[in-house]
Amino acid sequence: MSTVSNYRALLSAFCLLSSLLAPPVLAGEEVNIYSARKEDLIKPLLDDFSKQTGVTVNLVTGKEEALLQRLQSEGANTPADVLLTSDAGRLAAAQQAGVLQAVKSEALAARIPASYRDPAGYWYGLSVRARPIVYAKERVKPAELSTYEDLAAPKWKGKICVRSSDSVYNQSLVAGLISHHGEAKTETWAKGLVANFAHPPKGGDRDQIKAVAAGECDLTLVNTYYLGGMVNAQDAAEKQAAAQVAVFWPNQKTTGVHVNISGAGVTAHARHRDSAVRLLEFLAGDSAQRWYADVNAEYPVNPAIPPSVTLKAWGEFKADTVNVAKLGELNAAAVRVMDRAGWK
Amino acid sequence: MFVTALHPSGAVWRHLADTVLTDYALHSVLLMLGVGGGALLIGVPAAWLTSGCEFPGRRLFEWALLLPMAIPAYIIAYTYTGLLDFAGPLQTGLRETFGWTRQDYLFPEVRSLPGAIVMLALVLYPYVYLLARAAFLDQSAAALEVSRTLGAGPWRRFFRVSLPMARPALIAGVSLVQMEALADYGTVQYFGVSTLTTGIFRVWFGMGDSTAAAQLAGLLLLFVFALLALERLSRRQARFHHTGNRSQRPPRLALRGAWRPWAVAACLIPPLFGFLIPAGQLTVWALRTAPQVVDGRFLQLLANSLLLALGAAGLILLLALLLGYGQRLRSSRWVRLAVRSAGLGYAVPGTVIAIGVMLPLAALDRSVDGWARQWFGVSTGLLLSGTLTALVFAYSARFLPVALHSVEAGLTRIRPNMDAAARSLGATPRAVLWRVHIPMLRGSLLTALLLVFVDVIKELPATLVLRPFNFNTLAVRAYELASDERLADSASFALAIVLAGIGPVILLSRAISQARPGYDPVP
Repeated sequence: MSTVSNYRALLSAFCLLSSLLAPPVLAGEEVNIYSARKEDLIKPLLDDFSKQTGVTVNLVTGKEEALLQRLQSEGANTPADVLLTSDAGRLAAAQQAGVLQAVKSEALAARIPASYRDPAGYWYGLSVRARPIVYAKERVKPAELSTYEDLAAPKWKGKICVRSSDSVYNQSLVAGLISHHGEAKTETWAKGLVANFAHPPKGGDRDQIKAVAAGECDLTLVNTYYLGGMVNAQDAAEKQAAAQVAVFWPNQKTTGVHVNISGAGVTAHARHRDSAVRLLEFLAGDSAQRWYADVNAEYPVNPAIPPSVTLKAWGEFKADTVNVAKLGELNAAAVRVMDRAGWK
Repeated sequence: MFVTALHPSGAVWRHLADTVLTDYALHSVLLMLGVGGGALLIGVPAAWLTSGCEFPGRRLFEWALLLPMAIPAYIIAYTYTGLLDFAGPLQTGLRETFGWTRQDYLFPEVRSLPGAIVMLALVLYPYVYLLARAAFLDQSAAALEVSRTLGAGPWRRFFRVSLPMARPALIAGVSLVQMEALADYGTVQYFGVSTLTTGIFRVWFGMGDSTAAAQLAGLLLLFVFALLALERLSRRQARFHHTGNRSQRPPRLALRGAWRPWAVAACLIPPLFGFLIPAGQLTVWALRTAPQVVDGRFLQLLANSLLLALGAAGLILLLALLLGYGQRLRSSRWVRLAVRSAGLGYAVPGTVIAIGVMLPLAALDRSVDGWARQWFGVSTGLLLSGTLTALVFAYSARFLPVALHSVEAGLTRIRPNMDAAARSLGATPRAVLWRVHIPMLRGSLLTALLLVFVDVIKELPATLVLRPFNFNTLAVRAYELASDERLADSASFALAIVLAGIGPVILLSRAISQARPGYDPVP
């Protein structure tokens, strides 16, 4: 008897809570975003968009897969209009899961090169993230460096720091190599690379740069914007570490530097489709593109935008032209290759 | 998750078995044993010293020993890496002072399995300390006096009487610690230690195989079942109700001579390394970066974190009380099973719980929506998914075991003949709960409330996945900056989490000192 009434009390408490906590229905034009880009790396742009257009932007950030899962489970009821990710593979996965819709926009097609967007318009790249070699200026001559493939050569034994194969950046890099050389050759390469590690993989990209600067190893693979963040850091130690290393663009005579994108797609059940498309066009526009370069040292997708001071200092490079969607398809194969090669 | 786990996914599973599965399982077991052992080694002596002995600084240590609880494990991992890494100030200083290079000296690697064990043990031992101290304080003086009159010295009394009598509390504490260690993702991932938990995410996110991920999660749950079974087994032989609490506690054993510095060291080292050093490092970072990162939204974040934690803790406490009391009233096999299965959530990684909560809620929303469209022609949209309700639901799934442990431990200390007496005087079960148990349980309930509060304030993965639009917490902000490798920038938010946790932790300590069943003045 008492248990029943207790449960009833609990149930009504739950109902009360949920009615209190349900999101308020907002009037006016708005657009809702699920973003895998961190709040700091997207909110300022969204605020600009709101200011210019009067459209209210609502934002949830989170990890890619979790957001994708949320989109899938919410189905046709999803409040999200736009999915923003920081990896092309995840956008391709979202497209395959059927949660995105194709968008035709001349403005987007004109501003974004073909290898950085989906051919059918399901998603568009908004910024380019390159993963070159970063080396210790004191101990390595650029002439000794050539390609990613060369990093497996015995001459680099004990000289390479790389973060764990859990990192999607490494997975995507290996997927790129698989697309050029096939699984078997890439596995041999990965084994050679692992044999050259100075220590088991650990830490993030900045940690790799610091390890190179401190002399723990001579070279590493990192995304450029982490180095950019250190170059422009408040912290003297980070600035100093960044000054001791330099960027080398590998594979310039062959396949080009490995690049991935951060990008976005409009969801299949978007209720604010027009605002969503407007937002994508805004993010591919001049001011937003410059922001990506100036604030986060990413490369603009729009080739017409001049690079920022930080980017200019690293020089120009030839990027791998394999469509970034391919990297997503090969991601699982890349993880298996790294597992087999013993890349922790 | 279980439904998904039943479908076979041969290829990926075979690949795992061929390559990394042994590592995952081995590392998880070592982590669990290491952290459990470490927590016992730190927690039990400290609990015994502060509850049974007298030495300088005892009153201070009583609550200082709880402070590491306020620090999330991933944050202590980040701070120690910053301090002790090859490129960190300590090693750089050593190299500069002595002119060493990399080959000249050996320095233990922080980012390794032993490192992860130490980090987790440092922030998790308070669970053992807390429950052990409550148990030691609670032990009837009579038993100790009897052993004394039989000529047992302090050591013998500790090992032969106090420790065995405190066993249920110690095991409860250690199993909580071990579950938390199994579920940890942030620390082991940052340290590059592959465990079952990191494996789940790798298979799920990297290989896009949710089935194999669910199967790995199933394997993780097997470990937890084993843990819980061990706990039950060890409790089975004995009943731990005290027969009387009326006599006074024996006076504290005054430590003299060489024992004093040892006692002080045993109580000083854990909070020093588990709290003061990391909090100090955070403060140094925060002082430097606060002007750039702290703005008007900071207060909003703080309010969000506090209100969410308070609401969730209240609800979870209510649930725990219902379950615990339900089990006491009607201890059928099914009730016991329900209570036990509710206890599993603590060892499941937050993200897995979040997805597990998301799927049924979204399905419920869809069916309500379909029903409303059919009958009223209106769409109700999402009623639960993407609201704070979903979040609170996930917290309940994850943290109910913490509250339940505490409530159950409290209930077992109340003799069943109390219930019988009250019932024979005509009280209904509900009246017994309100007028007898709740007043006597005050300490346990407060403990449960505060433990869950501190846990929710620190919680990250489920919050990240399930929170509604434009809603952030301190933990989310700290994580976003830290995962972008801006450790110094994240320090202000991390420090705010720590400070928000300290208050409850101190309250907790007071609650334990004051609440001693049998002495509680009934209000």
